[in-house]
Amino acid sequence: MLHIYCPHCEELREEEEFHCSGEAHIARPLDPDNCTDAEWGEYIFFRKNPRGIQHEMWYHTTGCRKFFNVTRDTQTYEIKEVYKIGEQPKVVAEG
Amino acid sequence: MSEAIAPEKEVTNVAVMNQLPSGAIRAESPLHHAELDKLAARNPRGGGVILRELKLLGHLTLRGSQDNASFMAGCAEVLGVALPTKPLTSVDNGSVSVRWLSPDEWLAVVPMDQAFEIERSLRAAIEGHFQVVNGSGGQTIIELSGPNAVDVLKKSTILDLHPSQFPVGKVAGSVFAKASALVRRSGEDTWELVVRRSFADYIWLWLQDASREYGLVVKA
Repeated sequence: MLHIYCPHCEELREEEEFHCSGEAHIARPLDPDNCTDAEWGEYIFFRKNPRGIQHEMWYHTTGCRKFFNVTRDTQTYEIKEVYKIGEQPKVVAEG
Repeated sequence: MSEAIAPEKEVTNVAVMNQLPSGAIRAESPLHHAELDKLAARNPRGGGVILRELKLLGHLTLRGSQDNASFMAGCAEVLGVALPTKPLTSVDNGSVSVRWLSPDEWLAVVPMDQAFEIERSLRAAIEGHFQVVNGSGGQTIIELSGPNAVDVLKKSTILDLHPSQFPVGKVAGSVFAKASALVRRSGEDTWELVVRRSFADYIWLWLQDASREYGLVVKA
């Protein structure tokens, strides 16, 4: 069970209240009508799935119903930081 | 990504209607079928948990940016209380209570017969980008009080209900009995649950079961 800090409610809550919405910082193609199938497929289907530091989006489903980002280590499950949508992570993978 | 949407000067036409039934149409709360008034009339001995439905109140969901001064001032003026900006807090002046739902969303609970007038006044008073939705028919409030009310809640939700973590006035949405509820501590031993209409019967059944060991007293 993860203990997750919601940056909107400003307190720690249990994982049961949240839903993980996958990798964060995926930019939608700016001109979807003119991007190639490869670009569109990359955007829709392909994710990094790293071992180690990952930035992911979480949704506080039963609480404030806001999305926010979490930097988490996929090996240890340790949450390194929590930051709001639109902000940039401070903890990033090396290399 | 998060830049504010420019305030619109023109007020768009929004279909508003008075949801309060009049005349021969009878208003039924989500727990109407449970006949709490009849249960209250034949209450047995005392008990550690007192349950009451705060029924048929006006529930207005207000959305707007805290940066929109017109929104904040308009809500304060019309409701008589300022919107709480501190997360997980609420304000209550006796007839109107406002619960913080998220940084840009509040639930105002007002007397049902004033809900339509308040909604119209809000629309007239506020400029810019905002939303007022009357969700009165979609949810209800169940009040639990008594010395064992907190024990019933502990069985039902994962929230930390210790007074140091959940002081009087605090509001938190969470999972509740495998459904969800907005929990507010309205007094030392008094709690209010805002539950959805479709879950009201299930939560009523759950609360009866969970409070059986302490003794449940129903109040009309």
